[in-house]
Amino acid sequence: MTAGIGKPAAAARIETPFRRFASDFLESRIATAALAVFAVIAFIAVFAPWIAPTDPYDLAQVSVLDSHMPPGAEAFDGRVFWLGTDGAGRDLVSAICYGLRISLGVGVMSGVIAMAIGCAVGLAAAYFGGRVDTLIMRIVDIQLSFPSILVALVLLAVLGKGVDKILIALVTVQWAYYARTVRASALVERSKEYIDAATCLALSHRRILFRHLLPNCLPPLIVVVTVQTAHAIALEATLSFLGIGLPITEPSLGLLIANGFEYMLSMKYWISVYPGVALLVTIVSINLVGDQLRDILNPRLQK
Amino acid sequence: MTVFIIRRLLQSSVVVAVMSLLVFVGVNIVGDPVDMLINPEADQAEIERVMRDLGLDRPVHEQYGYFVVNALQGDLGKSFIFGEPALQLIVQRMPATFELAIAALLIAVVLGIPLGVLAGLRPEAGSSKAIMAGSILGFSLPSFWVGIMMIMLFAVMLGWLPSTGRGDTVPFLGIQVSFLTWDGLQHLLLPAINLSLFKLSLVIRLARAGTREVVHQDYIKFARAKGLSEGRVVLVHLLKNIMIPVVTVLGLEFGGLVAFSVVTETVFAWPGMGKLIIDSLHELDRPVVVAYLMIVVLMFVVINLLVDIVYSVLDPRVRLQDASA
Repeated sequence: MTAGIGKPAAAARIETPFRRFASDFLESRIATAALAVFAVIAFIAVFAPWIAPTDPYDLAQVSVLDSHMPPGAEAFDGRVFWLGTDGAGRDLVSAICYGLRISLGVGVMSGVIAMAIGCAVGLAAAYFGGRVDTLIMRIVDIQLSFPSILVALVLLAVLGKGVDKILIALVTVQWAYYARTVRASALVERSKEYIDAATCLALSHRRILFRHLLPNCLPPLIVVVTVQTAHAIALEATLSFLGIGLPITEPSLGLLIANGFEYMLSMKYWISVYPGVALLVTIVSINLVGDQLRDILNPRLQK
Repeated sequence: MTVFIIRRLLQSSVVVAVMSLLVFVGVNIVGDPVDMLINPEADQAEIERVMRDLGLDRPVHEQYGYFVVNALQGDLGKSFIFGEPALQLIVQRMPATFELAIAALLIAVVLGIPLGVLAGLRPEAGSSKAIMAGSILGFSLPSFWVGIMMIMLFAVMLGWLPSTGRGDTVPFLGIQVSFLTWDGLQHLLLPAINLSLFKLSLVIRLARAGTREVVHQDYIKFARAKGLSEGRVVLVHLLKNIMIPVVTVLGLEFGGLVAFSVVTETVFAWPGMGKLIIDSLHELDRPVVVAYLMIVVLMFVVINLLVDIVYSVLDPRVRLQDASA
């Protein structure tokens, strides 16, 4: 928030594309705040074992006597459960830190794999054209005509539970969006002169694809990355809540919410509410960052 | 036109074939079909009899043939839990799911269009910004969590509405429906709102974008110049013109509502197809899972096919594009 605003001396510095990009981004206070919030969440997720007050899955540190404690209650040894405890006596602050780690980890990893596959397929479709293009895009169209939750449901029903299975499901759901985006912008870029020049220099296909074409397709791709990561995190939480996603040994935010659901009717609201708030803040902050990226990367909106 | 339809039909049958292969491979090759298809409580003689019936003692390609032939005859196996044919179980639950999806669609249209038009007519007003912020939330919030919050607020804390089940149902055109009884309507309200939130946000955005575009058109200016009342300009001239994209998208999204009802039905214990498949997945009731997947995929293929055909009738460019590709 402080970097871009209140520094009129920026003119003295050389304007690189990245600096222009950064200062454009920081113009929106909401997006900057969202980025800061997301940075904090990512920090918590990465360093959860060092930040969380307790290890909620170390049985030595958890006592059933502490179960169902409301937020702010004190344990026998004087610790305070700021967000209360769940049905097994786990401190919810710690459980949420660990849950974020799993939710973000699965979401980001599936995004990276899907992006790699989608980029390769989309580039190939745009670059080679013809039958390859028709076939790939037909598959993409067909897959996108089914809602993501149905595709995930089919795969998980066939594959079963597990981290690797949910990764497969999330990657399958996402790759088509990347492929379509990359193909669309690669088609535009392909007809430009620098690609003709590179072809005339007899550079290899691979070099043209990955060193010339791909970097110029990045702007729309960056927007899709944010939207899809948020989508993947929400979908994983939903599937885990339904009990068909992650196994009980990988307690993501969705599983924490599912655990709390059974206590909801007895007014022990905090077990479901706080993991949900954490999930919500994560998704909304990513979406807000994505919205701002879309605005500044869209050539039609550029000043 | 005929060529176009034939091409699309072929494509649809490829999708169904791939789907059946995927499900078949998943159930019969990745897993152990004896565990999955035969009730674990059956004795040895029973297991052998069922294995022969299902053709599990045959080579794999013949087994797939059996599976396809049985599926085409509507025989997708018997549920372990209920002992009834899986197909029949699903068909019984269908009205509940469709009732929920239609109710959600109605809410999305009835609330979404006025809100979207309002936001589009005065884009700078505070109320419009609030509506748009709400629609961003509707897109971002995971619907299962919103459902839990709704139960907490309206069912547990305020005690206004029930949180589970369908309530009293009465027969209507031969199927049981909830919306004709007061009790059933109360039960329907929360799940329908929950399921509609995502589509509601979508309709708001479409209506707003449409309004902002249409409001600057000459025929709106002309209507105003003629001295027509603001109400008539908005309700007749504007509304008619923004309905086209809204109706198109909603037609496409109905299938999505049925798919996403899996989540809402689980949260609100609504006894539809979605809850049935989640319960069956937990109880390893494979025949029901297989039947549900095949039916829903088939439903989507049919919806997509119909949409494609309607589009090609309405917009000949779609057809031409397809022919040149």
